[in-house]
Amino acid sequence: MSNPAVLTGEHYMTGDEACAEGGLAAGCQFFGGYPITPATEIAEHMSSRLPQAGGTYIQMEDEIAAMASILGASWAGKKSMTSTSGPGFSLMMENIGLGICTETPCVVVNVQRAGPSTGLPTLGAQGDMMQARWGSHGHYEIIAFAPMSPQEMFYHTIEAFNLSEKYRLPVLIMSDEIIGHMSEKVIIPDAKKIKTFERVKPKGRKDRFKPYETTAYGVAPMPAAGDGYRVHITGLTHDDRGYPAMSPEAQEIMMTRLIGKIQNNLDDIIRTEQYLMDDADICIVSYGASARTAYAAVEDARRDGIKVGLLRLITVWPFPDALVQELSRRVKAFVTVEMNMGQIHREVERCACGRAQAVLVGHAGGAIIPPEKVYAALKELTLKKKK
Amino acid sequence: MAVQAKKAPIEPKHPLDDLIRTDRMPHIWCPGCGIGTVFSSCLHAMLASGIDLDKTVMVSGIGCSGRGAGYAKVDSFHTTHGRAIPFATGMKVANPDLHMIVFSGDGDLFAIGGNHFIHAARRNIDMTVICINNLNYGMTGGQVAATTPSLARTTTTPLGNPDSPFNLPLLAYASGATYVARWTMLHTREVTDSIQTCLTRKGFSFVEVLAPCPVNYGRRNKERPLDTLKMYQDKTIIKNGANPAELGVDFKKRVVLGTFVDVERPTFTETYDKLYHKE
Ligand SMILES: Cc1ncc(C[n+]2csc(CCOP(=O)(O)OP(=O)(O)O)c2C)c(N)n1
Ligand code: SF4
Ligand SMILES: [Mg+2]
Repeated sequence: MSNPAVLTGEHYMTGDEACAEGGLAAGCQFFGGYPITPATEIAEHMSSRLPQAGGTYIQMEDEIAAMASILGASWAGKKSMTSTSGPGFSLMMENIGLGICTETPCVVVNVQRAGPSTGLPTLGAQGDMMQARWGSHGHYEIIAFAPMSPQEMFYHTIEAFNLSEKYRLPVLIMSDEIIGHMSEKVIIPDAKKIKTFERVKPKGRKDRFKPYETTAYGVAPMPAAGDGYRVHITGLTHDDRGYPAMSPEAQEIMMTRLIGKIQNNLDDIIRTEQYLMDDADICIVSYGASARTAYAAVEDARRDGIKVGLLRLITVWPFPDALVQELSRRVKAFVTVEMNMGQIHREVERCACGRAQAVLVGHAGGAIIPPEKVYAALKELTLKKKK
Repeated sequence: MAVQAKKAPIEPKHPLDDLIRTDRMPHIWCPGCGIGTVFSSCLHAMLASGIDLDKTVMVSGIGCSGRGAGYAKVDSFHTTHGRAIPFATGMKVANPDLHMIVFSGDGDLFAIGGNHFIHAARRNIDMTVICINNLNYGMTGGQVAATTPSLARTTTTPLGNPDSPFNLPLLAYASGATYVARWTMLHTREVTDSIQTCLTRKGFSFVEVLAPCPVNYGRRNKERPLDTLKMYQDKTIIKNGANPAELGVDFKKRVVLGTFVDVERPTFTETYDKLYHKE
């Protein structure tokens, strides 16, 4: 029998639906949902599709509960996910931190809408990018994808699950209303062709098992509740046994491991794409729906002889510091195109470090940025250069 | 010549040793605190119930009571303030073979976590929720809680509490809990029996246990540690099946203890499986 979790074939579907299908293909077995525009369709789609794949959908009482439930489900040994948008993302922050601290794999999708507050519920934005990075308290590393099409919603969700299982942390998909609600062709391959990463389980004596023992790549094997390891897991600072350890030394050891497992594996985690960058003087940096604008702007500008290329961030976090630093030695200017008033722009500026100019083409949110606006910024840069 | 090996003295073993993380002792609870007694009742009930302890999970939120999970030698999770129930809900729904015990405080379960409590009861998630009701926020130094009696003094109601407290069994009953009981920590046998019953039945089961916090609550309300225990003895009455509406906690009158609800209805997982997982 074919695998009911994988809807092999060519489809015309929305980004939200493709995201849900990606979760299923990755092996998701638990979805804790709460409705919110423009992410509701992910939960709706999961509520009918997940049980067909043997999993369970439950609609929780709020996003705090949704986030807590997927952590619990993950410790029950199941791949788990939730989806939300701005207001719900804010509510999830504390338990995202619990997921970071307890090293709990799961996937959180934020189909961004314009904020602050209730903002523009039905219209897209990319205003939560810094919240994704730093929204939960304390210092930590996070992984976030930024899909630019329904097809990528499908693949990024699989990749997000794989990285979350491999590095044991909540992985974010920072989509937006434009991608979530857009319908496009989505090709779902044969189940056999989909690579999934399965959680590393502990072996050996159960009474000697330490849930946070440091390993070669920085991530310890993870038992499920009920496997007989009788682990203790806490959001307090803890030692390798998982026991609370209230000292600056224990804090440093734990933080070094939590940050190190990401920082020491950046080559495996960061995904970017470069377009016409070989001879570029100007580098557009963009991601998600805005990258669609950016591609169009590059084409227009190239036609007019402007030497511009595009660096597309497929994962936005961790930020590709080294790559942007290297590019800053080659290009004269960066133009960051994003549907906020300058968030990733700050990162670009930081990495350019004065070696190249950093310009923002931002947007308050609510509509995709027209390519003409980017083109105008490019034109201005070339004129300035001539002066 | 044969040398007789010196035998190591046999350490007497406590019946709960296998269920306690002895390497984490001493615990944080103050002398005179009621939490430890309830915790040990809970462990006794776990042993006596005969459930598979490798498949038993204790989940706590944050607070003095919330430290329970950290001392139980089963799979145990110390989560965020108020969120033990939704964490346990996700775990139970994802693996219905697990026995879920939520062990936490009144502030955790009914102020910040109140919404989760009523919804888990409504859904009839198969879990046992044990609430240590010490009438205040012990861990943070004795602030007013959703269970603090009217007019009582706490660090944030220095002239008396203007609010009214929850009647927890009534709240549990109204929310759909299928088992509801209340005891004090002095009633150790009843607490143990109650928890044992919960662990071997299915559905959302709730046990409220009144327990003293002499350090933060008693001290500010002219209750010496022994006064509280005396009250637990003299001012309580056991009335199984009492009307949940008449279960307000007022030690000036009688505080009613007992088992108030014990009914059956399908759990979330049973209904979900019927509707969504039919072969
Ligand atoms: C989100 C959040 N808010 C506040 C706190 C601080 N806090 C820690 S324990 C606690 C109250 C605990 O009261 P209760 O649940 O009654 O437990 P007790 O200590 O009385 O056993 C509070 C407010 C916290 N840890 N997290
Ligand atoms: S502060 Fe109160 S509740 Fe906390 S351990 Fe001490 S006596 Fe118990
Ligand atoms: Mg309390």
